[in-house]
Amino acid sequence: MTTTPAVTGPSRDLRVTLPRVLRMEWIKFWSLRSTIYTLAITALLTIGVGSLVSGVIGTGDGGPGQDDFSDPASMSLGGVMLAALATAALGVLTSTSEYASGMIRATLAAVPARLPVLWAKVIVFAAVSFVLMLATSLVAFLAGQAILSSRGFTSVTLADPGVFRAVVGAAVYLTGAGLIGLAVGALLRNTAGAVTTVVGALFVLPVLIQLLPASWDDSIFPYLPSNAAGSFMAVEAASPSLSAWPGLAVFTGYIAVLLAGAAVLLKRRDA
Amino acid sequence: MIEVNDLSKRYGEKLAVDSLSFAVRPGVVTGFLGPNGAGKSTTMRVIMGLDRPTSGQVRVNGRSYARLKAPLQEIGALLEAKAIHPGRSAYHHLLSLAASNGIDKGRVLDVIDMVGLSEVARKRAGGFSLGMGQRLGIASALLGDPRIVMLDEPVNGLDPEGVLWIRNLLKSLAGQGRTVFVSSHLMSEMALIAEDLIVIGRGRLLSAGPIAEFIAQASTRSVRVRSPQAASLGGVLVGEGVTVTNTEPGVLEVTGLDPAEIGERAAAAGLVLHELSPQEASLEEAFMELTRDAVEYHATAGALATAGRTN
Repeated sequence: MTTTPAVTGPSRDLRVTLPRVLRMEWIKFWSLRSTIYTLAITALLTIGVGSLVSGVIGTGDGGPGQDDFSDPASMSLGGVMLAALATAALGVLTSTSEYASGMIRATLAAVPARLPVLWAKVIVFAAVSFVLMLATSLVAFLAGQAILSSRGFTSVTLADPGVFRAVVGAAVYLTGAGLIGLAVGALLRNTAGAVTTVVGALFVLPVLIQLLPASWDDSIFPYLPSNAAGSFMAVEAASPSLSAWPGLAVFTGYIAVLLAGAAVLLKRRDA
Repeated sequence: MIEVNDLSKRYGEKLAVDSLSFAVRPGVVTGFLGPNGAGKSTTMRVIMGLDRPTSGQVRVNGRSYARLKAPLQEIGALLEAKAIHPGRSAYHHLLSLAASNGIDKGRVLDVIDMVGLSEVARKRAGGFSLGMGQRLGIASALLGDPRIVMLDEPVNGLDPEGVLWIRNLLKSLAGQGRTVFVSSHLMSEMALIAEDLIVIGRGRLLSAGPIAEFIAQASTRSVRVRSPQAASLGGVLVGEGVTVTNTEPGVLEVTGLDPAEIGERAAAAGLVLHELSPQEASLEEAFMELTRDAVEYHATAGALATAGRTN
């Protein structure tokens, strides 16, 4: 233990740049065990539930109806909606854990412009999540189709129309749910509040909305974030859903608006 | 150099900092003193660009914080101990902060060594004691080898060895020509390390300047003397510019003489001393007196404002 810090020359370039802030967020992201656990749980849920659905579909009392098999791809991606809970929670924690511990003050002192911190979190989270979730969705799809075909049911390949888009769409949804979590976490700065809000918006609202009169339900339902995402994860759009590209536009619109709000407040509020 | 100009910060109804102006110069340790809730931490958060001033401005090395290009090289701060994710190691915590300013891994290892955390740096920080958290905070303040070091209550939670270490560290940092700004609510701690002193109470500036001046303008220093021959001793000591008061049987409170002179005069007269102690408490009392006034003034003002509203 020495008491005198080494004095270094003033010529060293210690400016804050976006690549450097990206590196900061990359180190933060990977230096928590909870990140790795959550990503592992997401992959297990996506692949496990997809395989389970593919393995048990049609074994019930009534036998498989024709409708059940119109979209074999969606069966193998049956775990995605559940797995999105995990990525959404990870996204929330990416923002809120800094406020819970007080580290945000050290972070913002190191990056006085503030906004690069938010963008770096978004970029690191989106890149890592998209790559891993794309691999996960592919594995879930291939495993599910193999199970379906081994049981003598109809299966599809990535070359069939709309199938590749649905598999990529699953990775987009898993990543997007996390970004929604990240943005809501940055807005609310509180883990419990943000998790509740995101779970409510992505998972509870679509159920509650179905209790509304049909005319209301039909005009709101397709525009909810998870239903908009459902449209680009389905090989064929089912009424009253949006078709794939408008669905993607609505879903990314939610993310953009939430992140813009988070950016404005990050810049304005006291840390 | 830190310059605070007519700074005010309001949180809702509460005016935490009220028209505060002061400057912190390089090369000395400047103490920032005030009772709990006086606005010290708020002022430091505003200096670090974390809280936006309601009015007034702050300059760090001549610039506003948000405009610093290489902030960690300009100013390093410890604002709260244990501001670290409990699941992350001290090493990764510091490495991430360093990365944002392009500071290399070698420097991270250096500061970890400097604060004595090498053995625990790779462990999850959730198990850190308050003292270890303080050391980590100091390590993060030193990361960029900054020209200004600003620490909020750094001795909190440190063991005696740690307190001594921090005193020496701060003095050596100031000796290297850096600006060192340290808050405390303990006058006694400030008296040991600070050359300059800024005292605030209820968000207002109460006193600023060299600590020697503060001591001089504070109540006169006294020496407590205990002797079985107190009456005779009093006769030997009393004289021009010297007052002797008999506070309790066998005890004298002497002002105008330092302990050495008292001891020498007693020896010359062949008188026995049982105690000879300089009364530093007068400094603490002066500080409390100063801040108590501020508290009372504001409490009265607050009561009047409330009365005005209810009418």
